[in-house]
Amino acid sequence: MEEYNSMEIMISVASRFLEDGATISVGTGGPCAAAMLAQKLYSPNLLIIFEAGGIAPLLHSMPISVGDSRTMYKAIQTTSMPEIMESLQRGVVDYCFLGGAQIDMYGNLNSTMVGTDYQHPKVRFPGSGGANDFGSLAWRTLIMTPQSQRRFVPKVDFVTTPGYLTGPGAREKAGLPPGAGPYKVITNLAVLGYDDKTKRMKIESIHPDITTEEVQKNTGFELIIKGKVPVTKPPTKEELKILREEVDPLKLIIGREAK
Amino acid sequence: METQGKIFTEIDPDVMRDFFRKKSKKMVNKVSTVEKVVSEMIHDGDYIAVGGFGSIRIPTAVLHEILRQKKKNLGLAGHTSTHDCEILAAGKCINRCDMAYVIGLEAMGLPKMARKYFENEVEYTEWTNAALSWRLKAASMGLSFLPVRNMLGTDTGKYSAAKEITCPFTAKKMFAVPALYPDVAVIHVHEADIYGNSYIKGIIVSDTDLAKASKKLIITTEKIVPTEFFRNNSENTTIPFYLVDAVIEVPYGSYPGNMPYEYFLDVEHLKDWIKAENNPETYKEFIEKNIYNCKNFNEYLTLNGGMEKMRKLRSIEYSIGKEF
Repeated sequence: MEEYNSMEIMISVASRFLEDGATISVGTGGPCAAAMLAQKLYSPNLLIIFEAGGIAPLLHSMPISVGDSRTMYKAIQTTSMPEIMESLQRGVVDYCFLGGAQIDMYGNLNSTMVGTDYQHPKVRFPGSGGANDFGSLAWRTLIMTPQSQRRFVPKVDFVTTPGYLTGPGAREKAGLPPGAGPYKVITNLAVLGYDDKTKRMKIESIHPDITTEEVQKNTGFELIIKGKVPVTKPPTKEELKILREEVDPLKLIIGREAK
Repeated sequence: METQGKIFTEIDPDVMRDFFRKKSKKMVNKVSTVEKVVSEMIHDGDYIAVGGFGSIRIPTAVLHEILRQKKKNLGLAGHTSTHDCEILAAGKCINRCDMAYVIGLEAMGLPKMARKYFENEVEYTEWTNAALSWRLKAASMGLSFLPVRNMLGTDTGKYSAAKEITCPFTAKKMFAVPALYPDVAVIHVHEADIYGNSYIKGIIVSDTDLAKASKKLIITTEKIVPTEFFRNNSENTTIPFYLVDAVIEVPYGSYPGNMPYEYFLDVEHLKDWIKAENNPETYKEFIEKNIYNCKNFNEYLTLNGGMEKMRKLRSIEYSIGKEF
């Protein structure tokens, strides 16, 4: 078996969820690498869009900002932020890829603040940016994040971006478009999904050499485990080759371990 | 859902109609200087919005001058406001902010002193990038609000100043976001003529809406071009003259930000800035050196490598697609 690190397995596994012909809105870093890998290996017709306005660029090197020149390299269109956001609202975008400082069992994300007093936070983060828009309006939300008790918490301090909110039916009750929401969480330990009935996070597969106990130990709430949990298919030789030689040869993303 | 956020700007469309009726639409020479424009068009207490995307196509020269002229109590549209916000935070120029994304530089990191300033000295209302885009769009349409479908059910929505409404046709629950009419917008463009006709290449972000929504519009441009550039090819007009109040030629004006198709970000300088923010002493020193002790933007460029650096950033831009 090939040697690989935690970023490489997260990116490889994430790339397999993006089917040919789907539309995805991505940011910088790991999610961008996953979309690039998917496009090169599995989904040549993956339509990649960036929130600042880049549509279907030929992504060659890793962007630093979701609006920098690399997101418009040979793009089919360089349009506006409202244009992209309106496409999301119109139901055009299948997937979005998010991260965040905290996530709870319903996939609600916090990237706004730590603390309890909104005007006087203990720590203030940048805020939603486009995250709430993507989580509200893209059909399926994918999350790529390292797994730890600090990130996977019973209750997020601030719901920046909607997951399933308080459970089944809550998104629709709040007025969010029906049929959309969290889909998968890809971590350095496992692939997590959501239970159809309760909308709570469940283990779908655990990465090679990881135990379900380890996954649970690194999670601040109880994960649903049903039956025998399969092992995640590790990165293939081909995935690693393309990831290392074409997607991120400078090792800007895969040079780091996910922590 | 009851929301708690504050609206910082005028939203009555009839007040704005009166304003726009009186605003001069004459095609006259509007060329000016950074010093004069900041002194005459940006006042303490104004609500400002910056074009581009935080570290992409930003009007750095005007932002630095706002610090040098010690403008205070500005409101800010924090619409992916990254390095632009970092600059204004360094001068403590802001006292209120519509927050969508601020005090971070995406993949480059989080500036600590800017964060501390926002945690302690800025009043804010929460939004998202789409919400601020649509608030500007509502203003550009001459409305007081637009119905939208994001933010519902979240704390982002709760701490915004949106209001829940029921669609009169489908009975679906939606958020109404209030129009955002800034006092002043500053937008950096690729080319402009002396009348303010402006050409932007690449992503527009929210700038065409912002240009229409703002009471005053300042354009900084990489280069001033003859009006024939627009007269002979009207598709070149991204922003038309009648929206514009001043034009300033500032070559390399988005530095250290990216100017698409011209020059790339100076990642090293931006990282040095973030690093300087780890410590109040190094921060003070860095800001003194790069802003207050520079007479103008040109001195800042020279300080950071001048033409040799600009050539290097141009070559990085031109090598996109051929890096490896």
